[in-house]
Amino acid sequence: MDINTFIAQFLSGLSTAMLLFLISSGLTLIFGVVNVLNFAHGSFYLLGTYFAYQLMQLFDNFWVGLLVGAVGAGIVGMVIEFLFLRRIYGRAQEGAFQLLMTFAFILILDDVVKFIWGTEYKTIPKPASLAGSLNIGTVTVPVYNIFIIIVGLLVVLFAWYVLTKTDTGKMVRASSLDRIMLGLLGTNVPMIMTVVFGVATAMGGLAGVLAAPLRTVTPGAGVEFIIDSMIVVVIGGFGNFWGALLGALIIGEVLAFGILWMPELATVLTFVVMIIVLIVKPEGLLAKKAVGRK
Amino acid sequence: MKKIKDYLPWIVYFVFFLGILVVNPGTHYIHLVARIIIFSLYAVAFNLLYGTTGLVSFGHALFYGIGAYITGMLVKATSPELFLLYIVLGAVGSAFVSFFIGLLTLRLTGIYFTMLTLAFAQLVWGLTFKLYHFTGGDDGIQAIAKPEILAGGVTKYYLFSFIVVTICIYILWRIRRSPFGTVLNSIRQNPQRVTFLGLNVYKNQLKAFVISAFFAGIAGGLYAGLDGSIHPDMLHWPTSGNAILMATIGGMGTFFGPVVGAGILTGLEEVVGKYTEYWSFYIGVVVLIVVLLFPNGVLGIRKFSSSKNNEEKETEVVCNSGN
Repeated sequence: MDINTFIAQFLSGLSTAMLLFLISSGLTLIFGVVNVLNFAHGSFYLLGTYFAYQLMQLFDNFWVGLLVGAVGAGIVGMVIEFLFLRRIYGRAQEGAFQLLMTFAFILILDDVVKFIWGTEYKTIPKPASLAGSLNIGTVTVPVYNIFIIIVGLLVVLFAWYVLTKTDTGKMVRASSLDRIMLGLLGTNVPMIMTVVFGVATAMGGLAGVLAAPLRTVTPGAGVEFIIDSMIVVVIGGFGNFWGALLGALIIGEVLAFGILWMPELATVLTFVVMIIVLIVKPEGLLAKKAVGRK
Repeated sequence: MKKIKDYLPWIVYFVFFLGILVVNPGTHYIHLVARIIIFSLYAVAFNLLYGTTGLVSFGHALFYGIGAYITGMLVKATSPELFLLYIVLGAVGSAFVSFFIGLLTLRLTGIYFTMLTLAFAQLVWGLTFKLYHFTGGDDGIQAIAKPEILAGGVTKYYLFSFIVVTICIYILWRIRRSPFGTVLNSIRQNPQRVTFLGLNVYKNQLKAFVISAFFAGIAGGLYAGLDGSIHPDMLHWPTSGNAILMATIGGMGTFFGPVVGAGILTGLEEVVGKYTEYWSFYIGVVVLIVVLLFPNGVLGIRKFSSSKNNEEKETEVVCNSGN
């Protein structure tokens, strides 16, 4: 492999990684704070895409679509958390019921999308300002991929700032450590959970809009992406924000180079990576305490 | 002392599944009930892990699928005369694979176990898709012949499935009521205490895992013969999800709950599927209602108020919060 192919493939992997990170950081945030593994996260990704599609039919402006897709997915997420998920917290065998409830929402939301927008392929074009490609040395890279990488980095920076430097972030981190104590200190913990759920699903929606110009928009798109982001969360460690970043980078590059190395089995490779991590270090690469082991 | 009440579910079981032959509502409905009885075995086998031992496996489609693929490939490679033997060989194959997967996955607990089982199942699903020459890729395997005695008319195959499934469910029922079954039940309620009693939690879980995979494999093999075709979707994660759905809707705390759940889920697909293509929406709504209002499932509603059950629930809650 010559160096040009390598750089081009690396950058393409990086943009996949950033999309994966946007989804899986939301997943891991929900797991860390709300203690729910949201199997339906891919459906919010899907909702984001279709909200944006609808808005672009009306206004023909990518940026309006981007905003509405993210915010709309977040609002639906908050409503679902508030009305449904909240009722099963703390139940015996909670894990199984979370799995079932979020599975139910995959079935419901994906069918609602099919019902409203139909099953045929839709397209969301790249905005004109990001349509070209850029020459870095001898490598040609689409501007849109660089745009995704930059948006991803901005979200990482913003999340780092909010989580570590602000009072809100302190509250969110505290609620992932000890929910009951935080409540006793007079914080409205249920509201934090709803808001975190909303922000996380909005990030999923944002990823949905960003990914749409690179892929075809179909009702099955959410499910395809959710499995990969689940792998990212497992590799990085459940509830670990930086783990999600590391996991996303690993899986993004594995997908990018796997396609060159063995095109037939690239999708299978991600599972191999996950199995190796779960067997060697089940709590995830960046987790400090050993959990989930016997 | 054995009471007639203990055998009531068996009586209902026989009345329903044999009664359908007496009523004879036509091949379409016999085919539907044949699907129900095969899914029943799949769900009851799964529930040995899920409801009894408390292990939420999200990869059971793997064992169901392996059973189906081994049976289908053997029939294709040779002749369908030894169909029953091939089903058993498929189940043995499932059990063999599950032993190694169990060795690795059972080292983990909770959500980590769930994710690892999912990963293995998806891995094999992905391979099935790609290894086109071996498995037929996304076409699956078509035109799997049945032996002559079972050929023609779905009723014969239904009766055959009924006999096989009933024997398997009876064995699982005996396992559930054996000392080993009690150990599994205790592992769900309080694994630490089981360890203190001198029993090996890991080994018993592994046994349950392999037994459960074996019977799921039989269900898969039976399904391969029903339509004579199998496809990679049998290994995909929604099939694993269906096992959890059937067990929970029917009542994971009861032995026959998964049978009821299989009937409800399959019946719902059939009925709703007639009126609208959006049947998974309605299944989602039913699951939501069950999770929110009837967490013990349809057969668990009666048990919900009994004091013995509440006592059991309390110990569970206590030990769960201790983890």
